[in-house]
Amino acid sequence: MRTLAALLLVAALATPAAAETVLINNGRVVTNGTGGIIENGDVLIVDGRISAVGANIATPRGARVVEAEGRYVTPGAFAAMSEVGLSEISGSGAPNDANIEGNLISAAADAGNAFNPNVTAIPATRIEGVTRAAIAPTSSGSIFDGRGALVSMSGAADSVFRERAFMVVELGETGAGRTGGSRAALWPTFEAALRDAREYPNRYRSGQGGAVLNEIDAAALQPFARGQGFFLVHLESAADIRRLIRFQRANPSLRFVIHGGAEAWQVADELARANISVIVDPLANLPDRFERLSARLDNAALLNTAGVRIAIAPAPGTVDAHQARLVLQLAGNAVANGLPWDVAFAAVSRGPAEIFGAVNLGRLERNYIADVVIWDGDPLEVTSAPTAVFIEGVEQSLTSRQTQLRDRYNPRNRRR
Amino acid sequence: MRLNLRPAIVLVAMLSLAACATTGADTEETEGPAPFASTYAPRPSTPTLIRNATVFDGNGAELSNADVLMRDGQIAAVGQNLSAEGATVIDATGRFVTPGIIDAHSHLGVYPSPSINATSDGNELTQPNTAEVWAEHSVWPQDPGFLRAVAGGITTLHVLPGSGNLFGGRGVTLRPVLGATTVQEMKFPDAPQSLKMACGENPARVYGTRNSSPATGMGNVAGYRQAFADAARYARNVRNAEEGNGEAPDRDLEMETLAGVLNGEIILQWHCYRADEMANAIQVAHEFDFEIAAFHHAVEAYKIADLLRDEGICAAMWADWWGFKLEAYDGIRENIAFVDANEGCAIVHSDSEVGIQRLNQEAAKAMSDGRRAGLEISRAEAWTWLSRNPARALHIGDETGTLENGRRADVVIWSADPLSSYAVAERVFIDGALIYERGAEGDPPSDFELGQTYTRSAQ
Repeated sequence: MRTLAALLLVAALATPAAAETVLINNGRVVTNGTGGIIENGDVLIVDGRISAVGANIATPRGARVVEAEGRYVTPGAFAAMSEVGLSEISGSGAPNDANIEGNLISAAADAGNAFNPNVTAIPATRIEGVTRAAIAPTSSGSIFDGRGALVSMSGAADSVFRERAFMVVELGETGAGRTGGSRAALWPTFEAALRDAREYPNRYRSGQGGAVLNEIDAAALQPFARGQGFFLVHLESAADIRRLIRFQRANPSLRFVIHGGAEAWQVADELARANISVIVDPLANLPDRFERLSARLDNAALLNTAGVRIAIAPAPGTVDAHQARLVLQLAGNAVANGLPWDVAFAAVSRGPAEIFGAVNLGRLERNYIADVVIWDGDPLEVTSAPTAVFIEGVEQSLTSRQTQLRDRYNPRNRRR
Repeated sequence: MRLNLRPAIVLVAMLSLAACATTGADTEETEGPAPFASTYAPRPSTPTLIRNATVFDGNGAELSNADVLMRDGQIAAVGQNLSAEGATVIDATGRFVTPGIIDAHSHLGVYPSPSINATSDGNELTQPNTAEVWAEHSVWPQDPGFLRAVAGGITTLHVLPGSGNLFGGRGVTLRPVLGATTVQEMKFPDAPQSLKMACGENPARVYGTRNSSPATGMGNVAGYRQAFADAARYARNVRNAEEGNGEAPDRDLEMETLAGVLNGEIILQWHCYRADEMANAIQVAHEFDFEIAAFHHAVEAYKIADLLRDEGICAAMWADWWGFKLEAYDGIRENIAFVDANEGCAIVHSDSEVGIQRLNQEAAKAMSDGRRAGLEISRAEAWTWLSRNPARALHIGDETGTLENGRRADVVIWSADPLSSYAVAERVFIDGALIYERGAEGDPPSDFELGQTYTRSAQ
């Protein structure tokens, strides 16, 4: 009986309240937009959207007032790359939809189809202030990992808000490893795949077939090969980045975003001119791969100074399903190594939203979606945590499986 | 916070660590240092007075506007308005000073950067009991990770073999000596070696998939018990032979390590995630009458915090890793704080070449989450998880880990409160010698990194 009651309680907490009119009063409002940071600012949420931001907003009739008491009020964080929702437990032989073995499907893999909004990592992520994530699978048999999706951390059935948003392709050491161990084979493979996709369906119907892709993968790749949607490219070394820049110059209809880019600081000006954004890991400072020999802690700061648009996420190979919440720590460390605070915060909120084309997320400005977090301190400090999290205007429970374990074993709650 | 460690039977033994070799039955009596003995020598230092800092003393106390005097490689005084003639004076106004961070669980050197087949040197996955191997024989002193660790305030680290075996081999306590050409130069003088053991999924997976034992949790425990039963007989035969009773057994390196655990010369560091498996491990320790220094990873330590306290076993933990396998599923952010609140010996460890660079942030997370759960934890108390407690688990607590007078002067000056994401280590001293200064980096100390494309230190 007690268990049943507990389950019902959990169910009740997991069901968000309906969107309401909320006035967040008197916060340190990080707008991420033209308003900059507004001291003693208010944020009005109506029907899941930001209705107004500024000082001394009048309380509409029927609005619930949340006192921020001078605390940080920010847009929800956006994890620029994660596997959240693709497994409950990633190892131990448990099912893990982030990892695709074999080569039955490559470019056609679709993270949005695998996403499960009910995994326990989602509440654990959102109660740390992360409200959105880009997710993608990892392949083992192809340079194409598949198509990524954009998801909300609401836990709701409609959490996937953009399917097939980008195509992940390996064009560095990992990619070379999937084409016989050499970049000499990697780039011809990539180009042949693009050709297969552009010539889909004709060459398949004619019986010629694809040079490197099967029919399903060619169909999935086609929009990206035609410049609809972008390639999220895993590469790290300055040499590989220059190769990509040259390739884009020769193929101006294609769009690329780099994920990784540990040596991007060496080619920062060229990246800025090519208008290629980079998703960087501010902790990646080890020469742990030969493509990252020149990795350094101030990569993000140097890229920003050169005018490259950046977002912050764990490096390729370290993206996981459970720690998307750590993007804020990554951003804090970028600040410790020279990135201005507002740029660092934007790199885990507005920046990913812009890179992934989620144009109504990432700012506290009128008509933006009301993903809003109130913090008990500076959100880029590891010691800070949210006191309230709103997703599309709905205040979220701050309970997770972890907080339930915490409460069960808290020495303050136990009879000694 | 009170620590309730069982009186260490190893105090005497640790002074004669070399003695690992003497457990061997047919070791010949030879003069001179034991094989692989430490050749570590402190760098030259001058008396140094750090003035007017906020000081965490490593024992849980915070001092404002305090001075720290280092002389002859040791902490000479901590207090206010100190003076020392001839000392180099560092004005640390607005800065924080702490004991250096000690990472009780690292694989630097044995899994160095770059990570390629040739450097995957930390797991002798050829049979479940490889107690005979020593991690130090895999340590590559040129690992660029040592520099990054020092830049994160690390002054001592314990390098362990991996966890794929029931008995992974011996671990070693090192100084991150930059530019060392041999591992012997890095060995912390007279620090005992450890034996790395492993519970749980890793050994069962590695050997189960080979259709050999252990394939299960029960196979793991049977493996521990049989090995210690054999080691007890080996140790008895050695002892008897020394006393003139019977013939000494052939020297067996695997048995030497296990016998070293039984006689307290080698301390036990046991990889174990789950509460029930830690409890089983404790039963094995009782059955064969040896001590466990620390459980490592100990994701469920909070479930048995009072048992760990009563047994005097430290728990070396991550702040928030969880979910990457079933045995890590119940990880909570308050684990470290709950162990501490139960008067246990809580340690923040890294097990990571990235995490070792900012263990202070991991402690900060555990402190703040513990506070939110209603616990009172001062920042100076949180620092004990980074220095004093790991020093105890490594049995070097009389040497380092606090700023008590006479301790080795392993000291870090931080740019700001080191429990902030924005703090960086500005100066790091080991044995009173300045070994790292932020912004003053020259050529990389690792030969591997010399002449590569980078133009500035990547600390």
